[in-house]
Amino acid sequence: MSAPAAAARTRSWRLAPGHAFVSGYFVLLVAFGIAPAVYALYLSVTDSGGGFAGLANFVTTFQDYRFLPALGHVATYLVLWLVFLTIFVLVLALLVHRVAAGWSRAALRFVYYVPGALAGASSVLLWLFMLDPSVSPAADVVRFLWGDTFVSVISPGHLPWLFMLIAFWTGAGGWIVVMYGALNTIPHEVIEAARVDGAGPVTVALRVQLPMLRKWIVYMLILSLAAGTQLFVEPQLVSQASFGVVGTDYSLNQLAYLYAFNQGDFNGSAAIAIDLLIVALCCSGLFVARGGLFDVD
Amino acid sequence: MGRRSHLGAAITFAALLAAAACGSPNPAGAGGDTGKYGFAAAAQQDGKLVVWVDSTRLDAAKAYQKAHPDAQLDIVTYDGNANGSNTLKTKVQLFDRAREGWPDVVFTTDNNTASWASQGNNAFVATLSEGLIDKSTLDDFAQGALDVCTVDGKVYCLRNDLAQVVLWYNKTLLDQFGYTVPKTWEEYEALGEKVAAEHPGYIIGTAGDAWAPEIYMWGAECPANQVTGPKAITVKATDAKCVRAAKMIDKLVANKTMSMAPLFGPDFAKNLGDKVLMLPGPAWYGGAVFQGTIKTPAGQLAVADPLHWADQSEPVTGNVGGGTWWLSRHTAHLDAAKDFITWITTADEYQVALSPGYPAYSAAATKWLTKQQDSGYYAGDIAAPLTAAAGQVWSGWGSPEFSQEAVWAKTVIPGQTDGKTVESLLPDWQTAIEQQAQVFGYQVKK
Repeated sequence: MSAPAAAARTRSWRLAPGHAFVSGYFVLLVAFGIAPAVYALYLSVTDSGGGFAGLANFVTTFQDYRFLPALGHVATYLVLWLVFLTIFVLVLALLVHRVAAGWSRAALRFVYYVPGALAGASSVLLWLFMLDPSVSPAADVVRFLWGDTFVSVISPGHLPWLFMLIAFWTGAGGWIVVMYGALNTIPHEVIEAARVDGAGPVTVALRVQLPMLRKWIVYMLILSLAAGTQLFVEPQLVSQASFGVVGTDYSLNQLAYLYAFNQGDFNGSAAIAIDLLIVALCCSGLFVARGGLFDVD
Repeated sequence: MGRRSHLGAAITFAALLAAAACGSPNPAGAGGDTGKYGFAAAAQQDGKLVVWVDSTRLDAAKAYQKAHPDAQLDIVTYDGNANGSNTLKTKVQLFDRAREGWPDVVFTTDNNTASWASQGNNAFVATLSEGLIDKSTLDDFAQGALDVCTVDGKVYCLRNDLAQVVLWYNKTLLDQFGYTVPKTWEEYEALGEKVAAEHPGYIIGTAGDAWAPEIYMWGAECPANQVTGPKAITVKATDAKCVRAAKMIDKLVANKTMSMAPLFGPDFAKNLGDKVLMLPGPAWYGGAVFQGTIKTPAGQLAVADPLHWADQSEPVTGNVGGGTWWLSRHTAHLDAAKDFITWITTADEYQVALSPGYPAYSAAATKWLTKQQDSGYYAGDIAAPLTAAAGQVWSGWGSPEFSQEAVWAKTVIPGQTDGKTVESLLPDWQTAIEQQAQVFGYQVKK
């Protein structure tokens, strides 16, 4: 931060309308973000009697036979999801942006956004019907890809792909609209200049549009990573729908839930939550550093 | 930048202080065997009795209200802990932390509640056998009915209905095909091969549900779930007795006379509803599966004695669920709660007139059977085999803190779907039970 900017910050430290606007967010951030995280940190290094336990909770949960498989499940899902999300969101956003006619553009934007408007759990329920070959409207496709019965559809090898599909369908539409908006901020002259220099649509996309979208992509990745590490609703509902064939310990978040509410071990649960927080913070930090999210133009 | 990090540190510090001030969640002195009924009862006062039931047992609570117009009830419907959902345990953990909010009376369909709710500092359920409920009342339940309620010789619940496994069969179809009712699992297996050859498409059993081990393994005296103490379990899932039951399942699944479709899934009634020749299954199959799901016409369904292995000197059978009523030790309305669970489990107004399941209370069971028989739905005598089976449930299959159904569903069923045999999955099943038991602090013996 340069000296004049720092001086400006110091000078501006008095009550301004801006503070009133952020105060509501700040109160909620402390009440539902920072305070619970600190409480989780406190729980994770104490035992059930309140005494200091060091790293014991972390060691116990790490040695739990369900921990590493759950970690593997979440990691596979994240890699699949983030890769597919980035590729398809960008391709679709670029396509919509290139569509000339105004009405089809608006229609496409609306269609992309609709699935995102469904609340998380209800869209997962919808997918449970989609994936059951006996009731699915796309039964033939489901049978061809994954098998004849619901139990074979949700066999362990298919799950990361299914969760990726569900997450993409529920989450990607909103991001396509956001990316579309970002594409609109690129000055027309820049694109025009590239065209004059002989760049085709693909070159323009790869050399001009994508580099200028870098911050937006990083922003999308950070938020999606944070949501993805907390995988919970999808496996939990699939578990209930399959009467337990998919275990309730598929993801780390579910394992944390089991620790708290099945085993009564809130300290172990907090330790897993802190694990997740650390991983998500590290990955986000990496994205921010590499993507220059907070760089000033 | 500097100011911001100071602010952050200040917030963190303040929050840490606040968190530390919340203090220990488990004040010493809670629980312990004191008081006149074997637990420390809460201070008694007037007020509404909070009753948690599943949707099927809503009728029971309503019947009580009708018979006792002055009783003040607050009836709450929840999922009854079905399919290992653990709802009650989840809520009780939260109530324990809040130190308030517990229901006074709870109905559950699982058989794990006694293990987790009766032990430790945060025990939730009240001891019934230490003077709260008369011994004569407890003795009038069917033999073994209160096993799922019992830990270390103390009874913690009253059983609503029994779920003894019997052999349900379609008499009309069986007569038409010219088969006789099998008496042993060996005869059953042989019948399966005959049906596969002569009437392909018909089924004589299902193994696609989480409770398959409670039908086939429990009745085979498979020692995979012997709870020997409050925190001790012996698991021998690869024992010869488990292996022969597994081989039988494998053979019948392979020749397609045993279906892997879940009974209550959308496919079963549609594709197999009129193809069911027989099903080994619990007492509640008659109402829930045959009458409710696959809608077998009246006059066709019959019951035979539970199947047993030829060398079992005394025939034994399995058990699938069967509801139980629990009383909270935190209740401020002990007398009302006691009256409620006693009435529900023993009174004819509910157990005979309304209960869909076989009553665990012997006197009510006799009248319930007469009523079922008089309905004209069943072909032949259902009372003799159901009554006999009620006393034959093998006591070697325990009720640990975790759900054996969940372990089977997660370990064995996906393997079977992949084309593996149950026999080849027994070692995995063994490991899965051991690991699950260790998570809950059990001493595991193999």
